[in-house]
Amino acid sequence: MTLRSPLGRARGLGSAKQGVAHFWWQRLTAIALVPISLWFVISVVSLAGADYAHFRTWLSWPGNTTLMLLLLFAVFRHAQLGLQVVVEDYVHDEGLKLIGVIAVKFAAVFFGVFAGVTVLRVVFVGG
Amino acid sequence: MTRRTRPLSPHVHNYRFPLVALLSISHRVTGVALALGSLLLVYWLASAAYGPASYDRASHLLGSPFGLLVLFGFSFALFYHLANGIRHLFWDVGLGFDLPTAVKSGYAVLAVSAGLTLLTWAIALS
Repeated sequence: MTLRSPLGRARGLGSAKQGVAHFWWQRLTAIALVPISLWFVISVVSLAGADYAHFRTWLSWPGNTTLMLLLLFAVFRHAQLGLQVVVEDYVHDEGLKLIGVIAVKFAAVFFGVFAGVTVLRVVFVGG
Repeated sequence: MTRRTRPLSPHVHNYRFPLVALLSISHRVTGVALALGSLLLVYWLASAAYGPASYDRASHLLGSPFGLLVLFGFSFALFYHLANGIRHLFWDVGLGFDLPTAVKSGYAVLAVSAGLTLLTWAIALS
């Protein structure tokens, strides 16, 4: 015997158990980006004025290829989560908000995959 | 009807933004700027994927005075978001969340991000 109404039961189903996924991925990518960002800045400074051949040699080192791909994943995952919060905070029309959140996600996936493919092309095919 | 003179809250125009609030909104602003700036990274990588000629064009564009100005802003936004992000991570585990410490760490974030930006460009341009 329960004192809860049917509506109360339907509303009280609880969370989808994914409530911390956004928070967790934002923090995980943030922690990862601390050392990766420093590697990136040092690399870009050391590559200042480098020609194509030098750039390709540098990017083709397995460690650099790996870190660049990880950077792209972490950057676009982190940016997508952050921009989603910005859209949710400032866009008050529900329809536009949904469109904004979807557009941010699609853009992040597109540019992330595209950039990853360009890295692989430079490393394995070259120009 | 008599109007009672009630105390008024300060108008937004003469309300001095507290440092911690200014740093907080700056974290968001630099985050959005970096998201847009990440397209520069995509442009740079894509230029290399299209061959040496387009890579040289991109290098030339990024090395122009305007390109360097944009990269300078990008680097400061990156260092600021990085330093302030670490401050946020400490808060996440419950450290340094009292106001005096938050003000101190806020000044530290400004000093570190300005210092790293200048150091980076001193090395890059030398």
